[in-house]
Amino acid sequence: MKRMFTLTAVAVVLGCGCAQAQYTDGTIKIGVMNDMSGTYSDLSGQGSVIAARMAVEDFGAAAKGMKVEIVGADHQNKPDVGSNVVRTWIDVDKVDVIVDVPTSSVALAVNEIVRDKNKVFLVSGAAASDLTGPKCTPNTIHWTYDTWALANGTGKAIVKTGGDTWFFLTADYAFGHALERDTAAVVEKNGGKVVGRVRHPFPGTDFSSFLLQAQASKAKIIGLANAGSDTINSIKQASEFGITQSGQNLAALLAFITDVHALGLQTAQGLIMTEAWYWDLNDANREFTKKFAPQFKGVHPTMVHAGVYSAVTHYLKAVEALKSDADGKAVVAKMKEMPTDDKLFGKGEVRADGRKIHPMYLFEVKKPAESKAPWDYYKLRATIPADEAFRPLAEGGCPLVKS
Amino acid sequence: MFELFGISSQALFGQLLIGLINGSFYALLSLGLAVIFGMLNIINFAHGAQYMLGAFAAYFLLQYAGLGYWWAILLAPIVVGITGIIIERLFLQWLYKLDHLYGLLLTFGLALIFEGTFRNFFGSSGLPYSVPPALQGGQNLGFMFLPNYRGWVVVFSLAVCLTTWFVIERTKLGSYLRAATENPALVRAFGINVPRMITLTYGFGVALAALAGVMAAPIYNVSPQMGANLIIVVFAVVVIGGMGSIMGAIVTGFGLGLIEGLTKVFFPEASNTVIFIIMAIVLLIRPAGLFGRSA
Repeated sequence: MKRMFTLTAVAVVLGCGCAQAQYTDGTIKIGVMNDMSGTYSDLSGQGSVIAARMAVEDFGAAAKGMKVEIVGADHQNKPDVGSNVVRTWIDVDKVDVIVDVPTSSVALAVNEIVRDKNKVFLVSGAAASDLTGPKCTPNTIHWTYDTWALANGTGKAIVKTGGDTWFFLTADYAFGHALERDTAAVVEKNGGKVVGRVRHPFPGTDFSSFLLQAQASKAKIIGLANAGSDTINSIKQASEFGITQSGQNLAALLAFITDVHALGLQTAQGLIMTEAWYWDLNDANREFTKKFAPQFKGVHPTMVHAGVYSAVTHYLKAVEALKSDADGKAVVAKMKEMPTDDKLFGKGEVRADGRKIHPMYLFEVKKPAESKAPWDYYKLRATIPADEAFRPLAEGGCPLVKS
Repeated sequence: MFELFGISSQALFGQLLIGLINGSFYALLSLGLAVIFGMLNIINFAHGAQYMLGAFAAYFLLQYAGLGYWWAILLAPIVVGITGIIIERLFLQWLYKLDHLYGLLLTFGLALIFEGTFRNFFGSSGLPYSVPPALQGGQNLGFMFLPNYRGWVVVFSLAVCLTTWFVIERTKLGSYLRAATENPALVRAFGINVPRMITLTYGFGVALAALAGVMAAPIYNVSPQMGANLIIVVFAVVVIGGMGSIMGAIVTGFGLGLIEGLTKVFFPEASNTVIFIIMAIVLLIRPAGLFGRSA
């Protein structure tokens, strides 16, 4: 009798196991890691966790019987801290996918770890185009934007309107170097000249001496290859030193709506930047913003937040189709195979080198008189179609791309 | 004009002037720290947070009370100084007899609390604060364009630093203060209210930090992080100048600002670390600092 009971129990357990999807640990665990306290915490930070949560809710994970858990962590813009967090997450906490990770030096470090451990890495915050170039892996997708797209958008537009001599003010780490390299290439390809550059420590506070060198170079355009508070301070101090008044123009190569908010329209007006997403572009974006902003102290979502939402949505679709989240390479292959479609970015695709493709937009910051409400900051100058916005597949140097 | 190592003299003078301006912030902040350590033997790690509080106080005065920069220069140090006095009465007074480390830990914890609270409410991108209309614009000095506000910063910091040094080193009140630090019991026996002097001294040191914060608000970002980035450098300045020496803090502050300015011209990537390299060298040669008195 007892043996019959045991055999039946074993049979039932085995039977149940085969019918359901096999998620590691029974849960899909999403780890959102970014800068929660420093230079980049407004453009990513807690907002990315909120965006991930909204993606899980809109996907209807609970109704489909999928158990999804979201954890967040602060990498403090330090590669060693970020690496430790990711290792602990994967080894101890059984996290299946790492999302966001601004600060390219951290992203590049995490890129290697995730490949070695065969999990998934969806980069929304970081910019270095090397992630889909020489450093590409079968476990990483670079979602929202990259330094090549920024250079191609902002750089090309400015050179075409006459800004043909450039001086770079660069953040002295991986991101700044990548952005400077890609923009310099675009400038020279379109007939311009790079007359000089200076690298400032990251993060910086006082840029007056570097701006003075930029002023002495007499370049028409001062390209700011930095982001977050560094860009904000560079722009404020440039205006203080009469740089913009005396005929030189600033090119904010990477700027977010949170930067414009911190600068105020009086200082930021006329700035040209390239972004992948803006909250006021269409009704779907506005609706998302209405739900997002109250959860994040009224801060409106940046393209990084929108990218996290889109990436998590597509990831969940892929995992649902595969019925498993264990093999990172398989999930990413599925994500590349399925075309993307979400309410924020519309239809798009993920290329073989891990690059997500969508249109990029060239924006100009409005004058104070043109803005009707807080956060109404951008006017659309041009739309760069998806097939032109990102570096051509063959030019990246990614080993995954068969030439 | 002449050329030095490939940099024209014009650019060089411009950078030196910028270095002097940065140096005045270092001098003001390290003065507050030196006063607090010299008089109270407390390593005030909350100094950076109090600098940040001064800048935020200026922002609040403008936003909610409509009081501009000139009011803020007067009121913000007083308000933040009062919070300093409260901290001293509530927490610090119990730590004087203990090891320096306890004061350091307490003030460090307070700094984290202040910064975390403000970051929670105000984010990290910072808040705008504009240069007061009277000081806008600038002078074209030929070798560079000097914003009027930055010129004012140098002049005013120098004035505050020298006044403080004069009061502490050359007046009767200052001599009471110095005596009270050396031998509190004896000074109390003379009928001087030592605990009150100590409280007010801490408040004064904190007020100096807040004053630096108000002056920084128009040119640096008013953000919760502004103190954290600066405080480590300021500690290095104080150590180089000599922990208890007022004149040392002032001279070293301006001097290191100049050296950092030069480094930004010739080797910009090292500009963050040059002050610490100098600190290491100075400590090897003169452990008490350049102007310090060995205990």
